[in-house]
Amino acid sequence: MNGIQDALVITKRQLLQLTRVPEVLIFNTIQPVMFVLLFRYVFGGLGVGIKGGYVQLLMPGIFVQTVTFTLAATAQGLAQDMEKGLIDRFRSLPIARSALVVGRTLGDGLLNIVVLIVMGTAGYIVGWRPTSGALHIFLGFLMLLFFGYSLSWAGIYAGLISKDARVVANVSFLFTFPLTFLSNAFASTTSMPKALQYFAEWNPVSTMVAAARQLFGFHNTFGVTAHSFPSEHPIVTSLFYMVIIMLVFIPLSVQRYKNANSR
Amino acid sequence: MKSVIAENLVKTYRKGAVRALNDLSLDVEEGTVLGVLGPNGAGKTTTVRVLSTLLQPDSGHAVVGGVDVIKNPKAVRQIIGLSGQYAAVDETLTGWDNLVMFGQLYHLSASQARVRAQELLEQFSLAADGHRPIKTFSGGMRRRLDLAASLIIRPKVLFLDEPTTGLDPRGRMEMWGVIERLVREGVTLLLTTQYLEEADQLADDIVVIDQGKVIARGSSDSLKDQVGGERIEIVVSEENLLPAQEIVERIANSKATVDRGLRRISAPVLDGTASLISVIRGFDEAKIHALDLALKRPSLDDVFLSLTGHMAEDESSDGLADLASKKGKKRGSKR
Repeated sequence: MNGIQDALVITKRQLLQLTRVPEVLIFNTIQPVMFVLLFRYVFGGLGVGIKGGYVQLLMPGIFVQTVTFTLAATAQGLAQDMEKGLIDRFRSLPIARSALVVGRTLGDGLLNIVVLIVMGTAGYIVGWRPTSGALHIFLGFLMLLFFGYSLSWAGIYAGLISKDARVVANVSFLFTFPLTFLSNAFASTTSMPKALQYFAEWNPVSTMVAAARQLFGFHNTFGVTAHSFPSEHPIVTSLFYMVIIMLVFIPLSVQRYKNANSR
Repeated sequence: MKSVIAENLVKTYRKGAVRALNDLSLDVEEGTVLGVLGPNGAGKTTTVRVLSTLLQPDSGHAVVGGVDVIKNPKAVRQIIGLSGQYAAVDETLTGWDNLVMFGQLYHLSASQARVRAQELLEQFSLAADGHRPIKTFSGGMRRRLDLAASLIIRPKVLFLDEPTTGLDPRGRMEMWGVIERLVREGVTLLLTTQYLEEADQLADDIVVIDQGKVIARGSSDSLKDQVGGERIEIVVSEENLLPAQEIVERIANSKATVDRGLRRISAPVLDGTASLISVIRGFDEAKIHALDLALKRPSLDDVFLSLTGHMAEDESSDGLADLASKKGKKRGSKR
């Protein structure tokens, strides 16, 4: 049990950081809310013919985009600990080797809860109305959190192999940003070139968006991959992706952390 | 009893191209201070990292507080404190937050951790600033807090890796004061430094390492004796140089070194004070007026120079190992 306790101390540290530097939390919530408002009113016209308007299609997309960016946040946080030599201190303590990284992924997960609540509220204000009932809505958010959590582990690995906190944040962003746009998050993939459509619809971001839409009671549309497995079973596909991401990155990260050497 | 034993440690990087530790052995007697002295890249930090379980050596054997470092690293972590070259604390948090957090990670209860944090803040003269974010601390304060964090569980063995590197003279003096107090309380300490005066000031025993190897060991005095005993140094006016040199050489019974530019004559002597008095008498008889006159013990700089053939601060001279340590730092990770 000590391992979990140790991890929670690290998580608590991250929450303490938020109280000491409240700007982080404010920026972390303002940015997605800004996206909600911008997309809602700039691309609102795309939703012609959609029951409930574009915002029904948009909100799951923006939720997924936001939790996808967790990867960069986790990577940056861990890289900062490396830079400052904090990793050495943690590694010289009689705690489980996993405590620091598990604690950080949990902390970033908690932050996502706050962010999703704020975004959901903002979405509701601008007209988002999930129709699937409380249980499915809850499951939808749970899945979003889990998706962000799995990507956090990729962030841990990126943070551990990086040299510089700012660089790793930028590189992670360069990787996740196109991933969230080469997807069905903001527009139907049917207007993309065919090759991109295939990529977009097998993209984990897309399957997660489709899964979230399904759980929030909005029927997704598919392009060339209609009737393919991910289009028929977005929830299962997304869960599969999450498990794969964690199966790959957790052992890699733990291995890397053992041999980590700050600076 | 030995609190720290390292035997034949080898650690190579880049598939053996760089030998950071090259058959390094040392030990620290319980309750004493060992100063590990060497230039950048000599292997000081690597030694500390191996002994504090952060790094696996390629071969060799190490025991800290009676526990095998390689076989049982977790038990070693229960009894050591480590304070590295950089203040390894969370800068966004306050000193208090940090100490409470590390206390909890040492598995103190929340209330025990708070009591211990307060004790340490007071002990390290940080109580007044304990609730400010560390970002606002001076370098010396950060280092003291870092040291405090490594003392939470009152470790049996403390490792300090270059505790004063990068501090201004005032910060250094404060740090020395803190370390001297710990030593009086009986902690076993292994301290690395590239400052010769620091080892002289703080350590009972000194090992000099260069290129991953111990090249000399002893007390500060015995190391100085290895280089030679005392020297007489005299400065006279130009016209007196020659007669003064004759007198000095007669009394010292050895060849004197003369620096014409500085008009300085120096010569090794066996019986320092007596020789100095004889020289003064000789000068008096010859009516030579000495402008400056001193009896000098060799400094640890002299020790280093005579042991390695290069100066302690001369970074370029131990090329590869130095390069490796810098590259390693840049890369963020080295295996």
